Amino acid sequence: MTTRASPSEIAIQAAGAERMGFFTDTTVCIGCKACEVACKQWNDLPADGATFDKGGSYDHTGSLSASTWRHVRFIEIAEATPQAREDAARRLEAGDGGRVPDIPAAWGGARGGGDTPNGGATGDLDLVALASERSEAVDVAAAVAAMDDWIFMSDVCKHCTNAGCLDACPTGALIRTEFETVVLQADVCNGCGYCIPACPFGVVARDPDDGRAAKCTLCYDRLQDGLEPACAKSCPTDSIQFGPYDELVGLAARRVGMLHSRGMRDAYLYGAGDDPDQQLAGGLGAFFLLTRPPERYGLPAHADSPVQENLVPATIAAYGAALLAAAGAAAAFLAATRRPPGRVTSGARARRRAIRSWRR
Amino acid sequence: MPGLGASFGRGGATDFLQALQHADCILIEGSSMAEAHPVGFRWVMKAKERGAKIIHVDPRFGRTSQLADLHVPIRAGTDIAFLGGLIRHVIETEAYFREYVVAYTNASTILRDDFEDTEDLGGVFSGFDPDTARYDQTTWGYAEGAPRDDTLQHPRCVFAVLRRHFARYTPEMVQRVCGISPQDFQEVADALVHNSGRERTTTLCYAVGWTQHTAGVQVIRAGSILQLLLGNIGRPGGGIMALRGHASIQGSTDIPTLFDILPGYISMPHACEGGLSLRDHIDAHGKQRGWWSHFDTYLVSLLKAWFGDAATADNDFGFGHLPKLTGTHAHFSTMLRAIDGGVDGLFVMGQNPAVGSQHAGLQRRALASLKWLVVRDLAEIETATFWKDGPEIESGELRTQDIATEVFLMPAAAHVEKEGTFTNTQRLLQWRDKALEPPGDARSELWFMHHLAKRVRAHYAASANERDWPIRNLTWDYPEHGDTREPDAEAVAREINGYDVMSGAPLPDFTALRNDGSTACGCWIYSGYFKDGVNQARRREPGDLSAPGGWVSPEWGWAWPLNRRILYNRASADPEGRPWSERKRYVWWDEQQSRWTGYDVPDFPVDKRPGYEAPRDALAMDAISGDDPFIMMPDGRGRLFAPAGLVDGPLPTHYEPFESPVDNLIHPDFHMNPGAMKWQRPENPYHATGDPRYPIVVTTFRLTEHHTAGAMSRNLPWLAELQPEMFAELDPALAADRGIEDGGWMVVETARGEIEARAKVTPRIRPLKIDGRVVHQICLPWHWGFTGEVRGDITNDLGALSGEPNVGIQESKAFSCNVRAGRRTRPSTARLAGARLDRPVRPDEDDPPAEYESEIT
Repeated sequence: MTTRASPSEIAIQAAGAERMGFFTDTTVCIGCKACEVACKQWNDLPADGATFDKGGSYDHTGSLSASTWRHVRFIEIAEATPQAREDAARRLEAGDGGRVPDIPAAWGGARGGGDTPNGGATGDLDLVALASERSEAVDVAAAVAAMDDWIFMSDVCKHCTNAGCLDACPTGALIRTEFETVVLQADVCNGCGYCIPACPFGVVARDPDDGRAAKCTLCYDRLQDGLEPACAKSCPTDSIQFGPYDELVGLAARRVGMLHSRGMRDAYLYGAGDDPDQQLAGGLGAFFLLTRPPERYGLPAHADSPVQENLVPATIAAYGAALLAAAGAAAAFLAATRRPPGRVTSGARARRRAIRSWRR
Repeated sequence: MPGLGASFGRGGATDFLQALQHADCILIEGSSMAEAHPVGFRWVMKAKERGAKIIHVDPRFGRTSQLADLHVPIRAGTDIAFLGGLIRHVIETEAYFREYVVAYTNASTILRDDFEDTEDLGGVFSGFDPDTARYDQTTWGYAEGAPRDDTLQHPRCVFAVLRRHFARYTPEMVQRVCGISPQDFQEVADALVHNSGRERTTTLCYAVGWTQHTAGVQVIRAGSILQLLLGNIGRPGGGIMALRGHASIQGSTDIPTLFDILPGYISMPHACEGGLSLRDHIDAHGKQRGWWSHFDTYLVSLLKAWFGDAATADNDFGFGHLPKLTGTHAHFSTMLRAIDGGVDGLFVMGQNPAVGSQHAGLQRRALASLKWLVVRDLAEIETATFWKDGPEIESGELRTQDIATEVFLMPAAAHVEKEGTFTNTQRLLQWRDKALEPPGDARSELWFMHHLAKRVRAHYAASANERDWPIRNLTWDYPEHGDTREPDAEAVAREINGYDVMSGAPLPDFTALRNDGSTACGCWIYSGYFKDGVNQARRREPGDLSAPGGWVSPEWGWAWPLNRRILYNRASADPEGRPWSERKRYVWWDEQQSRWTGYDVPDFPVDKRPGYEAPRDALAMDAISGDDPFIMMPDGRGRLFAPAGLVDGPLPTHYEPFESPVDNLIHPDFHMNPGAMKWQRPENPYHATGDPRYPIVVTTFRLTEHHTAGAMSRNLPWLAELQPEMFAELDPALAADRGIEDGGWMVVETARGEIEARAKVTPRIRPLKIDGRVVHQICLPWHWGFTGEVRGDITNDLGALSGEPNVGIQESKAFSCNVRAGRRTRPSTARLAGARLDRPVRPDEDDPPAEYESEIT
């Protein structure tokens, strides 16, 4: 299998190694957080500290961090999916009386039927009547059904094909392994933090006490011994699947097809199987099966490595500007001294030279 | 457990978790299986992938509900009304599996003339004594000779009585009582009916959401009746999956830590005037027919295991020396006795009643009344620190310097630091080897009890007192090994399995037990797990999963009894011994070999022909015919009507929880289960029905991230950070009315106490329309206490003591409360501080002592 690593990456090559990845299927996740804990246990990561997140549903971890490399998101939905809207529209056409539900996501400040002060004896509100009051076009049954949706998603480093963190790293701490995963070598990291804004997914972070950055290694140490990552092993429903990347993509595509045939038409793959010009960061080594727009999960709809996004135009511009400047200088020089122009060196080529010399 | 026992013959899950993958429909009720049994839930997911319909009936939309195809919100404590509605539907639409019902249940058996149903007596059965609130069960029996009418037409046959009993549980009544819409009811009914019968099977999964009620045992009975009518018991992907409350609790009832049973569910003897002989006890509890007819062999072999050579036929094998019951010695009764000054000391091992038991404040006050207390645990739990910490110390009701209890905190080994078996929810024994040595002085339970008993025996070795006979004569010669002198767990296991007294050879199974003292066996239902001297529980062989029936994996661990994975599996074949369908083939009669065979160990005498008809006067197993799958029952049939075994009725009846804002709409004259245990004491005030001060229904639930009372999870930072604070889930309308903000503070209060919690305002909790008026429910996790990495108020401070009449289990899954915004202004149990009449009263300046309601209407 050909490597997809960009030529400017520090990459380990090993005969027989193939690209490995994660396929996280959110439709079978039960939100148990075994992955989050198994990862911490295997990697001996510290707890981040227990703080109650007010708006966080059952998620008090908040986000991936230097000491949380698997993070389960919980999102409570109170709006209709496109499919629910379609179904409602179809029912309306069929004369079932359904209308597109329109319950706002936030309930704050709602009062109705019997304005009683705190703790009144009959301070019961008729939610059914309240819902009807808010909009005469509300189909209560559908609205209530649409409220029953709770998303669980185990977030992780995406191990991107175009890895922003890796491209931004000036020290070579971030490297591409023989499994085409992205690994951060703690003993090389100088804590500069360049990788952090370069990640479009907000994965990598710095440990505030330690100073160095850290993130998921796709259990590189376990892979080298032929074992699966700790999170995949602990997942009771196989929501997290691990294996050779191409196999996973095929499996995931079949899963999407099966869900579509069962009526779950909102299911799609995030980070795999896209057309080349639609890919996220060139394709994600850890990709997902989602059923809502990505923003619902806190994921960007578009993403790429900032360096690579800007690299080609920046290089062209740099070359162009340099050539122009050189030509201008040459012309001026010629005009002044009739000496031959010197050799120009672009930034990118200089970097590659430096890297090659480091690797020797 | 007794619910299953009274229906089928054994108190244990009838199926195993892996079998769930072959269910066509799974109804999960009284359980949030994905949250409390996440690993077992993988089998539900496998079923779902094969197209099974998953239904979750629960007051709360939890993580399980998200994965279900249908979530039906229900008012906590009304499961019998809902199940009764389903039973009625199945009967009235003739959707029951008729051949199964006629052949395998007692539907056709005719009852005595003098039996009267709750429909006749307005809410109780015949034989009810209103003064004692107890039943004389004589009238609940079969007519003389147990005649049958296989046409099910006879007005006094069980089927007709059942039909009449549930006639008023219509969908409209279900809506009024439970808050379930007729559409949801219909969808559940259709799913169950469509997925039962010859070709398809449905499994019922339940947990403590069903059992922790004052009518809990009857809820299980209702589920059992439904599954018998649908013909799902004994079938692959069918049955009743009782999801036990925590690891190895099945084992702790099999080899019991319960006061009223001996190992293998043998009844504990009661004290009586003139003494009780072994013969008396056997006659009282043995049965003439079925496997309980060999009761004497089980009990005698147990006594031989305990007393060895000292147990002979001459001294009733030492039976007279067993402790006898003088009443109920259950947890609540014992703690109340402690408060009243009748208990000197207590061992608390692997339990945390200061947090985990109902009316936790009363539990802590009881601990303060002891002379000594031994706590064995992994951490310094609340039960060990009540004397210096907690709401009663905070309020001044208890003062450290006044508490005379001497507390010993003994460190316990964790589960990877000791060897032995876990018996999990499906009766499966799995042996675990020790992975590492426990740190410091931490020791296993086995070590502790072994060495404690050795010292006690040494203490009484020279005693001539007859009372000390059982201690002196206990067989206690387990080999010890290692620096810590750990007793050999396998030696204990061999004793549990049973051995021939003369030769010491392990017994193959309980059919080898004898009543003459030639065999010894620590627990007859476990006999066979050391068959041939091989530790069968250690096996981890999945086998060929792709072979027909390979999914049963009979060589993974060992299940009781006799490694049967699905109980009553004779019922997976028709009366002639052929599978009901090819799709649901499991166990069948092989004519050529003249034996039962299949994917599992047949739960039936292996060479009894399907056509064998038991003679009228046959005894023991000869009385079981070839088409009687329920071999523990005298008539070999599953019981729709339970003539014996339960003290509160032969049929389930809807009663309200002991505290409810709603009247009993089905039987207005009997609000709650008449036989339920109540403790009318100043420390234990109840709310009256419909008390306007407590209009909100409260139920409790578990989080995946924490484990029970929190000792094992709140002390572990990786788990503590996942759920750091106590919270309460409530619906947006109630929150809006009370001014409670999502993430803000709120107080939940009852007559027992008040706790503060962070508010989770969510549409996952829905108010319900009960008999035309809106009733709100709140849902509380109960994992927090006052010690540990993360701390919080104790949910169990809210509940009152209450008990189900058969087993005494508390009603923690439905009671009433009120809520308000803000934080607690005083310690959680301060309002009961004045209830302790003989202790110094610390008047609370902010609040005079409330008047306590101590009656239930």
